[in-house]
Amino acid sequence: MTDMRTAFIDTTTALLDEDPRTALVLADISASQFASAGHRHPDRVLNVGIREQLMIGVAGGLALTGLRPIAHSYATFLVDRAYEQIKLDLDHQGVGAVLVSIGASYDGSAEGRTHQSPGDVALFDSLGDGWTVRVPGHPDEVAPLLRNATTTDDPIYLRLSEQRNAEAYPDATRLRVIRRGLTNAPLVVAVGPMLDPTLAATEGMNVTVAYTHTPRPLDTPGLRALANTDVVLVEPYLAGTSSALVNRALADVPHRLLALGVGQTDLRRYGDPADHARWHGLDADGLRRSISAFLGSVGG
Amino acid sequence: MTTTLPTDSSARLPGLIRRLTGDEKHAPSAHSTTDVLQVLYDRVLRVTPDTADDPERDRFLLSKGHGPAAYYAVLAAHGFIPDAWLDDLAGPESRLGHHPDRLLVPGVEIGSGSLGHGLGLAVGTALGLRAQGLLNPRVYVLLGDAELDEGSNHEAIAYAGATGLDSLTAVVVDNSSASHGWAGGIASRFTVNGWTADTVDGRNHEALYAALTGHRPRHPHLVVARIGSKG
Repeated sequence: MTDMRTAFIDTTTALLDEDPRTALVLADISASQFASAGHRHPDRVLNVGIREQLMIGVAGGLALTGLRPIAHSYATFLVDRAYEQIKLDLDHQGVGAVLVSIGASYDGSAEGRTHQSPGDVALFDSLGDGWTVRVPGHPDEVAPLLRNATTTDDPIYLRLSEQRNAEAYPDATRLRVIRRGLTNAPLVVAVGPMLDPTLAATEGMNVTVAYTHTPRPLDTPGLRALANTDVVLVEPYLAGTSSALVNRALADVPHRLLALGVGQTDLRRYGDPADHARWHGLDADGLRRSISAFLGSVGG
Repeated sequence: MTTTLPTDSSARLPGLIRRLTGDEKHAPSAHSTTDVLQVLYDRVLRVTPDTADDPERDRFLLSKGHGPAAYYAVLAAHGFIPDAWLDDLAGPESRLGHHPDRLLVPGVEIGSGSLGHGLGLAVGTALGLRAQGLLNPRVYVLLGDAELDEGSNHEAIAYAGATGLDSLTAVVVDNSSASHGWAGGIASRFTVNGWTADTVDGRNHEALYAALTGHRPRHPHLVVARIGSKG
């Protein structure tokens, strides 16, 4: 079965053939997979070597000339390392790009902290509200999101992961109800690959589970329509990344929020992604414990 | 596109620079760029206020965005901005700040200020023009010798040289302000990576013109414009 990275490579290769406005900037990561596209489009498939600052600077320059750049690497190199280039070479110049990352929070569990970026979405939040952030939960969501991204000049971040749900929901730009609870049931919002563990964790609980692959802009009208008093966020990056947005959206109604996600601490442990999910309380058992405790904690 | 005829802004520039207020902070570096900017805009760059959005225009990117007084004065002398804008540098309603913003100032190709961003943007601009078959425009980017401390420049120098990006000219205004200097010279950092380079007196207009138009095929070009130390 195709994974998200392969879906990105296949779709980008097709886009380079179809749309002369599309250009790809790489910093060695995935370069070999784009070799044939590079032979066909040597001026629009640009591997700058292991130079992430330059990768974003080049993307900014390409956009200034009217092209639609796609830049790609591990999240930690693409976003964390090149943060000021994203801020200045794209945002401050008033141009956009499509940034496509792999690695996510702990796909690189065995590689260690150097290859992990739980804070990437929070970094985009620090840049203001211009960025659209897509966190697909299934490989089949990647192609439509990427194709949509190249039809605009907007700044768009596409965060790919090896973690995935069983089912694809390409139309989940807004909150999409996957499982509906009884009237006034608590709302659990799962972002991207957190849907399946969230569904497993809440099996048998009276909650409404809603899914989105687009945490920015967060679907606040949908949130207001679905939320009652209790809201739970389950995000595959730093816990609490979307708390401020949820609290702002619900500022005028009484509510309680439990924000689950990746912890702040560098665990300094290896293992596989399932181990990290468990250590961060993001496996089904851990989520169930946290959500049950939260929902059961209301007095009378 | 029409090629601009050589013009001479030297008569107007001193008065325009005097109209700029608040440039004391960066005065030495502002004045270090005056001659280079004057030669570029008077004689080299094929861009006018009428062609400021023309895809075929030459691009000038001021990477060393601090001390932009001379830049603003040259833009005014060439009609990109009204002279009156110079009277309120960095005021609350001013479009001209201590670092230029491309979204606020006509003719400004990039917003800059944080050092080490212009060369990467220039490489991307040159690549973007080439990918669209726009083979006539040239991309000039101006840096300072101290700005070269930023490692991001060296990513761009190595890549542009290795790929023979020959529509790119970098101008380094060298007023010996790098804290640790450049043992072995600035030009060597570029030439070892495949650039051609000319090092000239940064006040000598004929020498600057020759260097700024001295690029050769298949190599990016460097002009080092040496200016007396700001001391």
